[in-house]
Amino acid sequence: MSLKEKLLSSYLAFEDHLDVDSPIHDLRTDAIKSFETQGFPTKKEEEWKYTSLNALLKEDYSIFPKKENSLEIKDVKKYFLHDVDTYKIVFVDGVYSSFLSETTHEGMDVCLLSSALGKDKYKPVIEAYYNKAIKESSLISLNTAFAKEGAYIYIPKHTEVEKPIEIINFATGNEAALLLQPRNLIVVEENAHVQIIERHQSLSENAVLTNSVTEIFAEKRAFVDYYKIQNDKVTASLIDHTHIKQERDSICKVHTFSFGGKLIRNNLNFYQHGEHCDSVLNGITILEGKQHVDHNTLVHHIAPNCESHQDYKGIFDDNATGVFNGKVYVEKEAQKLDAFQQNNNILISDKATINSKPQLEIFADDVKCSHGCTIGQLDEDALFYLRSRGIAKKEARALLMYAFANNVLESVKIPELKERINKLIANKIGVNIGFNL
Amino acid sequence: MGKFTEDDLKKELETKEYEYGFYTDIESETFPVGLDEDIVRAISKKKNEPEWMTDWRLEAFRIWQGMEEPEWANVNYEKPNFQNISYYSAPSTKPKYNSIDEVDPELLETFNKLGISLEEQKKLAGVAVDIVMDSVSVATTFKDTLAEKGIIFCSISEAIQEHPELVKKYIGTVVPQKDNFYAALNSAVFSDGSFCYIPKGVRCPMELSTYFRINQAGTGQFERTLVIADEGSYVSYLEGCTAPSRDENQLHAAVVELIALDDAEIKYSTVQNWFPGDKNGNGGVFNFVTKRGLCEKNAKISWTQVETGSAVTWKYPSCVLKGDNSIGEFYSIAVTNNYQQADTGTKMIHLGKNTKSTIISKGISAGKSQNSYRGLVKIHSRADNARNFSQCDSLLMGNKCGAHTFPYIEASNKTAQIEHEATTSKIGEDQIFYCNQRGIDTEKAIALIVNGFSKEVLNKLPMEFAVEAQKLLEISLEGSVG
Repeated sequence: MSLKEKLLSSYLAFEDHLDVDSPIHDLRTDAIKSFETQGFPTKKEEEWKYTSLNALLKEDYSIFPKKENSLEIKDVKKYFLHDVDTYKIVFVDGVYSSFLSETTHEGMDVCLLSSALGKDKYKPVIEAYYNKAIKESSLISLNTAFAKEGAYIYIPKHTEVEKPIEIINFATGNEAALLLQPRNLIVVEENAHVQIIERHQSLSENAVLTNSVTEIFAEKRAFVDYYKIQNDKVTASLIDHTHIKQERDSICKVHTFSFGGKLIRNNLNFYQHGEHCDSVLNGITILEGKQHVDHNTLVHHIAPNCESHQDYKGIFDDNATGVFNGKVYVEKEAQKLDAFQQNNNILISDKATINSKPQLEIFADDVKCSHGCTIGQLDEDALFYLRSRGIAKKEARALLMYAFANNVLESVKIPELKERINKLIANKIGVNIGFNL
Repeated sequence: MGKFTEDDLKKELETKEYEYGFYTDIESETFPVGLDEDIVRAISKKKNEPEWMTDWRLEAFRIWQGMEEPEWANVNYEKPNFQNISYYSAPSTKPKYNSIDEVDPELLETFNKLGISLEEQKKLAGVAVDIVMDSVSVATTFKDTLAEKGIIFCSISEAIQEHPELVKKYIGTVVPQKDNFYAALNSAVFSDGSFCYIPKGVRCPMELSTYFRINQAGTGQFERTLVIADEGSYVSYLEGCTAPSRDENQLHAAVVELIALDDAEIKYSTVQNWFPGDKNGNGGVFNFVTKRGLCEKNAKISWTQVETGSAVTWKYPSCVLKGDNSIGEFYSIAVTNNYQQADTGTKMIHLGKNTKSTIISKGISAGKSQNSYRGLVKIHSRADNARNFSQCDSLLMGNKCGAHTFPYIEASNKTAQIEHEATTSKIGEDQIFYCNQRGIDTEKAIALIVNGFSKEVLNKLPMEFAVEAQKLLEISLEGSVG
């Protein structure tokens, strides 16, 4: 039985436990139909030209874990931003762990999607926002059909959330192969301000496939700062969909740090519906082994006077492959726009591959749009300069790589997180140069 | 003269008609519409081709039948009905000429209208011209002068008769029959085209040129060009084209193959000015062309194109950099206006070591047109020290047109150095103001700015062509500041 067939038959079983009268159920029914007709994406599709899911789909994933698993804090502490106080929404094998979490309902909602979907209190928000930011695709439909758990974050008007919110998904490895489909809904009301950190972490060598969907709504003058830490086991794969709808004067930044995992596909879409929006998409990718990371971004400029900035840096070693597929789409109403897209890559080994496809589709004439893409090596002259000053080759190379990634790192606004990422990078490059950048 | 306002400019642009849109009444022999194996055989027989050629065509035809028309390009058009096209049309008067004097005066008149007086060119420009009217080559000038140097420059049908060993060896080696839908179709039904062979170490003393014209209604033009530059030789090749204005869409599906052997250099320039359709988007030529060059060691192929015509353009002149130290270049200006659509660009396939490629693409869109750049730079894992520089600039005039950039960059070698840059902008009001201030009217200012924008590419064209191209740019864009 193929994974698709398995999913379709499990849906029938899953449906028995659902409230068939809720509007969510209509969404599910449409979504599973849509998935049934489209199936999993193949390399024949332009959007998936460089990423094949075939190897992943061969695993026999369990779709609903059989038993609840718990974790000891000491085992997983290192995955949290433990040196500062944060709100935490933690899932273990797709199930909420109240023991590890720290949620709140005081002045805002930092809680679970399952309770938001079930309780009448949240009905207006769910009706107004749930499933409204996404652009349909077969994998999103699959998630919509099965979605039952994830983070629900609602920040009311003029609220500044005083501490970061962490969303962490653990996979314990109690199943031989596990398919997780978290679904997050984040609504940031007018003039509210929030920082969110998202992480997916497998704790064993067993196969994990995560098909995650996150919807973010940034209302007028809202500020969203979103960090994705992707430093998973080489047996864990992630297909992430983050779709963001921005209203006027809002600022939304998504930083993606991809340091590990078997296959990572980031579908990051921004839709600018109001004037003067600013969208920032930053990424650092450092890969080795046979890892594969595919960044697929879209910034859809619908309103005038907006800005968008994309900056993705990639360092690829061994047999790693990197894909950057960025698209800036400018509607004809979106005049006076400033859109910038940059993708720089360094190939370290002979077998690493990078495929880059920065695209512009522009229908407005009074715009400033540019993109740049480079693939190259570390500058020999700079390396020589450092070595002539007594810095060993390894350290000199590391220093240059740091410098290469630095302007993306600089955009991290949570000091503890920056330090953490710094350490991750040092670890990746294999040296400790003894200072922080 | 009163103030020339933007509205005036707009009006002028809208009323500007295609000036090559005349039809010459020349008696011609046209095959019935439709395509099957018999037609392919009939074309081959008509041309008195040897058996291997007929088989080659039939093989292509069978491959074509199993293929589907590609849909990935960023263009929208009603697909041509391939059974509704006549695949062979030739001026029926004497097919071959030894000198210009024998050419049908009506035909000569056509060329005069086109502004390419054969005689004049013969005397002044020193350009050898091969002219393909509808599907058949009608005149090749300067043959004798070239023959002295051992250069073969003739129509491809003639080459099949007289130099079968060369044609057999090279045809389909760069663009195989199964390469794509239109290349397969062309391989099956191509009626004529140009053939050029430059022997070892010879530097071709003059520019070689082919002029294409679709004249008959309801015909498709399928020409095939094969240029072979043997070791250490050099040739510069020009290609130009026009068609009468018609309401229906005409199909042009050409294949161009360039082969640059060790140390050879080929410079291939195109000024494409097929009928673009009227201002409402009716008619115009569908231009689906496959052009590719193969570079052996130390060879260099340089493509230069100025694309101003055609309703739909689908064209990617490419270089396969097979030999070490080979160089590929692509310089392009694509101008679209009214309802024109262009999806054009290049492919640079780096296979050899120390290979270099440069891509400069300038897109200018006005009216309701769509202009896309689509390019591939592929660095193979064995291509050490490959170097690529790409620059794609787009200029938008008005908010009803679109400019798109789809670069594909694939690198699997750590020593590769690739740079890609693209910008999109409009003509700045300050730039126009600056010109106005100095007494240059708005229209001239636009011409000036567009010329400056396209300079890097125009500079690469041979003299005579550069002048024509500059004029074409002005005509195509008159009054389109947004």
